[in-house]
This record gives sequence, C-alpha cells and structure tokens, in this order.
Amino acid sequence: MPRKNHTPLVEFRDVSYAVNGGRPIIDRLSLQVAQGETLVLLGESGCGKTTTLRLVNRLLAPSAGEVLVEGKATTEWDAIRLRRRTGYVIQEAGLFPHFTVAENVALVPSLEKWDDDRIANRVSELLSLVGLDPKIFSDRYPRELSGGQKQRVGVARALAADPPLLLMDEPFGALDPLTRASLQKEFAELKSRLEKTVIFVTHDVREALLLGSRIALMETGRIGSKSHKDF
Amino acid sequence: MIEFLKANWSDILSHIGQHVWLVFVSIAIAVAIALPLGILITRRKRLRSPVLAIANVMQTIPSLALFGFLIPLPFIGGIGPRTAIVALVFYALLPIIRNTVTGILGIDKSVREAAVAMGMTDAQVLLQVELPLAMSVILTGVRVAVVITIGVAIIAAEVGAGGLGEYIFRGLRLNDNRLLLAGAVPSALMALVADFGFGVIEKRFDTSAPHAGKRSLRLLVWVTAIVAVMTIGFVSWRGFHKRSSASPNHARVTVGSKDFTESILLAEIVAQMLEAQNVEVDRRFDLGGNLAHSAIVGAQIDLYPEYTGTAFTAILHHQPITDPKAVYNQVKSEYETQFNLWVSPPLGFDNTFAILVRGEDARRFNLKTISEAARYAPQWRAGFGHDFMNRQDGYPGFSRSYGLHFAGVSDMSLDLTYTALASRKVDMIAGNSTDGRIAALDLVQLEDDRHYFPPYEAVYVGRKAALSNNDLVLIMNKLAGAISTDEMRKLNYEVDGAKRDKKNVVHEWLVKKGFV
Repeated sequence: MPRKNHTPLVEFRDVSYAVNGGRPIIDRLSLQVAQGETLVLLGESGCGKTTTLRLVNRLLAPSAGEVLVEGKATTEWDAIRLRRRTGYVIQEAGLFPHFTVAENVALVPSLEKWDDDRIANRVSELLSLVGLDPKIFSDRYPRELSGGQKQRVGVARALAADPPLLLMDEPFGALDPLTRASLQKEFAELKSRLEKTVIFVTHDVREALLLGSRIALMETGRIGSKSHKDF
Repeated sequence: MIEFLKANWSDILSHIGQHVWLVFVSIAIAVAIALPLGILITRRKRLRSPVLAIANVMQTIPSLALFGFLIPLPFIGGIGPRTAIVALVFYALLPIIRNTVTGILGIDKSVREAAVAMGMTDAQVLLQVELPLAMSVILTGVRVAVVITIGVAIIAAEVGAGGLGEYIFRGLRLNDNRLLLAGAVPSALMALVADFGFGVIEKRFDTSAPHAGKRSLRLLVWVTAIVAVMTIGFVSWRGFHKRSSASPNHARVTVGSKDFTESILLAEIVAQMLEAQNVEVDRRFDLGGNLAHSAIVGAQIDLYPEYTGTAFTAILHHQPITDPKAVYNQVKSEYETQFNLWVSPPLGFDNTFAILVRGEDARRFNLKTISEAARYAPQWRAGFGHDFMNRQDGYPGFSRSYGLHFAGVSDMSLDLTYTALASRKVDMIAGNSTDGRIAALDLVQLEDDRHYFPPYEAVYVGRKAALSNNDLVLIMNKLAGAISTDEMRKLNYEVDGAKRDKKNVVHEWLVKKGFV
C-alpha cells in the first residue's frame, strides 16, 4: 500500500464506543487516515458513521481503545484546541440563526481573536470560494438563505481558520437532487485545490465514488471492507 | 370620585411607587435565582423534574397561606416588605425557570452541536448561542412572572408591605368603592403596561418565526384585561349608584376602631354618646394594624381611639421614652402638623405592659413594685408573650433595667400567660394593664417604679374637619380623664370574660356615669 506520510493524521486503534454499557455502537474499530486523502465512510443509517466522526473531534470519547489525531490521543488534546483545528460540516448546516452569514463564517477566527481586518478579508475570501458573492450575502441572516446556500456557508465556516482536517457528516444529504449534484461537483474541485484531509460520511454510493480517494464500508460499528476508489 | 382623587393624589402615587418597587425587587431577585437554576437543570437532567415540581408546588400555595406561613420564620419572615418579597419571589420563580428550560432546550440541536464542534467553550456556548436564542422565550417567562407578581403584590398589604393592596383591603373593610378602585385600577393598568412593554422587547429578541404558543398567551392576557376592566366598570357604576342615593349629611360622623375589644368599646362609647345627641354615626370598627391611622389620614373615618405610645413609636417612629406628659405633647403637636389631626385629652387610663403576679404572692411577700419583686425572681419562672419577648421595649430591656434573673423564662402565647400564672405554672407575667382577667383571676399589677415602660395613654384621634361638630367637642371634653384603669378592666372583662354584648356593656356604663 503506497503511503506518502509516515504518521497518519487520524488513527483509530481498536476503538469501541457504547452508551452506559449498552450494545456497542462502534466495535473494535481500527482505521487510518493519511494526510491529504479523503476517506469516505459509507453505510446505512445507524451503522455508527456519525459516531465515528464525533469521536475524532472529541464530541464523544471512546469507551475503549484510542483515537489519535496528529499522533496524539484525543483524550490528551485540549478539546477546545482540537475542535478549532478541525472543520466540521453537518447535514442541517447548524448555522447560528442570530448571526449574519459573515458572523457565522467568522466564528472560529473571532474565537481565536484574529483582528477585524484579517477576519473581514478571510470571510469574503471564503464566501467567494464557496460561490457566494460577499457583497450580497455577508449581511443576510440564515433564514434568508436557500438550503444549498446555507450548506455553502456551513462549508465556508468549517474552513475559516484553515484547519488541516475537515469532518463532513452527510453535508449534502438534505438538499434537492439538482442542488446536491452541483454542490458535490463544486466540492470535488474545491477539495483538490485545498489539499485538506477529509473524513466524509454518506450513505450515497455515487457521492462516495465521486468524492472519496478511499472508501470504507461501515456495518454495525465495524469496517466491512476498505478500498481505493479504483477497485 | 374626582374630589377623592384630588385629595388622595399624592398618596395614590406613593402607593403605586411602593407597588412598582415591590414588583421590581421581587422580579430582580427571582430572575437572579431562576435563570441560573433553569440553566443548571438544562445541564443536569436528573435535577430537572424535582426542581420543576418544587417550583410548581410553590405556585399552588394560596398566597395568604404562604404569607401566614412566612410571618413566624426568622430572617426571611416577619412583617413588612421583606416577607412580601420572599413570597412574591416564590411565585415568580416557576414561569422563569420553566421558560429558561424550554427556551434553551428548544434550540435547534444542530446549532448547539455546531457551536460545540467549532470549539466554543461551555461559557461561550451559553452566552453567545443559548441565551441569545432562548431570550425571547425567557422574556415571555419574565413577563408572565411580572403580571402574576403585580397581582399577588396586592396581598402584600396584609403583611404590612404597603402597595396598592392597602387601598383594596381598606376599601373592603370600610366598604368604600373609591378605595377599591384606587387600588384596582392602577394595578390593572400596571399589568397591561408591563405586558405590552415586555411584548415589544420580546419581539426584538425573536430570531425565529413566531411561535404558536405566543398567540394564545397574548389572548389570555387580553381576556384577563377585559374581564378586569369590566369588573372595575361594574364596581364603579355600583359605587356611583350607592353614593348618589346617599345624600351627604354634614351631621354624620364616622367612628373607627382597631381590631380588639378595648378599642371597639372606646369607639362604641363615642358612637352612643353622639347618637344620644341625634347625630348619625357610621361604625367602621375592626381596622387591624395601622389601618385605622391610614383610614383617618385618608378621611375615610373621622375619629378613632389610639394610644399615645403607639402613635409615638409605630406611627411617628420615635424611640420610646417614659415621660407620659412629654409623649402626649409631642404626639399632639406632631399629629397636628404632620397629619392635620387633633388628639383629645387623655381618657384617664394607661394600657401599658402590666407586670403581674398572683394576689396571694403579693400579699404574702408584701409586694407593691417590680423592684421589690426582683429578689424573688431567682426562685420564679416567668412567662411572656411572643410580642413582649421580642419588641424593643419588652423583655431584654425590662430584665436589664430591673436586674431580673429568673429561674426560667417561657416564650408563650400572651393569652396563655394569664392562665399559666393563675395555675402556678409560672410566677410572673407581662399582661395588658387593662385586661379584664387581672381582676377576675385575682392578679396584682406591680408598679413600674423605675418607669421602664413607655406610656400608652388612651386618647381619641380626630380629623380637624370633624371637630366643627359641636356635639363631638363636648363629648371629648366630658370623656377627658373619665375612665380609670379599673373601670376599663371591668368593661373589658364584661365582654371578654362574661361574653356580654359590647353595645349593652357600653350603654350600662354610660347610664351609670350619667353621660346619656
């Protein structure tokens, strides 16, 4: 297996996760994500894809085993630091309804106390990057956006502080087929330009094939088979 | 009505001020408690139902019962605004806690997840995301709490906290609709203004589409308001009706009294003497606390019996002093300048604390004064009423002043002390000098030879305007010095001990004295 980097950016070592000693949602999962690759977790709903993702930025902590990010266990990381270095995009976008588009995108940079000019530049750069005209959209509120526009803002927000790792949980799942197709295509291009490491969760095989450099099939908390895109 | 408003305008304003202050302080405290508590139970799921259940139960306690329950408690209880505020806070907690929880838990799950995943700290999630998004729902809770508090604060008058409730209770006692309206209309308006104001503020914080629940709340508030306005309308119509049918009669005198036997007897004496002169009399008896004073200042009564010591300390707020003449003179002149009220000459008796022992002990040890009794105190048990134990001019100063050291002191109900003394459970008590039981139980009052107790000389307090009635002036002069302590004890005993009708007792006495 060809490897560009010596240490994987993310590594699961025999990770299990269960809520209060119940049936494990993740069962002795081991997996590595190399720098720069896009790993797609593909599987039915309820197979533990989202849980796997949430273990990476320590929204959850493993019940057994450990999850390493940049070679360091997530439980050793300062959770806040780890999360600010990890972009996160979810299906409903999760934009703050009381923030404007610009404020939403600027969230992590302002938490990181960037100065105002730098934030403003970064926001318009990112909005252009995801195909939204900053002049038109900066001062709008999320309720004034379409589903596709919201998701673009969600992606821009995740990229704002230029994190090396991007976690995406069915980001295009709730969109109508046309919007989804065009966003998928745009994101594929964007991804190749940005050289981010991406873990992408979906139940859509075509989406997996389009976006993943590697696909892992998940089944009830375990990896069924892993494969390069060109299997 | 217009005249009434003109006469009482500043008084009404100051009561509105008190009411607003009570509501404001209570809501501020309630928010300070309920908001953190509400936030806490969104984090600790296990605490949620017990906390909400307790807040729920608090709200179902009838307000009068709650006040009654609070009065005897130390620190938070007692008489006055503090007790009222504690009760008001209890009532305001539930809506604020409930809406804080509902508001925060009602936030879109994906928004909170995104906030955490973006690396916001707990405090940042709370202050920048949860509270701003829950604010309009929380404000709805505060609004409900404010409207409830404005209503419940009416009851606060019962524990002497002031506010518009004073008018309502006085109005009910005196059966005076103008007073009822002076309390009801401003409080109803206050509730409407508060409701409207909060509605405006809430809208500013509302970041999402309007909630369905809000409309029904607004409807509820307006229905309440309309019912309130209709009630007020009806009451004022009735009041107008009644007043117009009763033609003003200048010879009419309204006599008030406090809510205990002696005060009622003294008022009845004046009433019967006036009636003997064919003057029409309105009896407004049984005015508790300082209601009689507020009633005469507000011109709802013309005359009532008072005690110089009470006027001096409770009304004029002076430190107690012991010289009867000085107390009387100061009360008389300050009543005239402050309230435009006239104070009659003393009636001849003093209803102060009476230090009592059994008659047989007094005779056996030849006791006349408290000083003489002091050396027997170490072998004696004393029984004192709660009031005497706690008040400024009561037990602590009394025992110090006479150097009394008892074998034991019991804090008990004043009523029980008499029987406790007679049945040898205790050996010294502090009663009221005019209590009928002193004679009936063969008790002896020891002389206050060090003049420790402030004087409580009985007088009548009258409105200057009412004194234009010549009969009344004559009667006041006749009654000056006319009632001895012994006579007053007997009159009290006839009513409290022998359970006779007050009017008959007074009539007999007046006939015997030749006053009618």
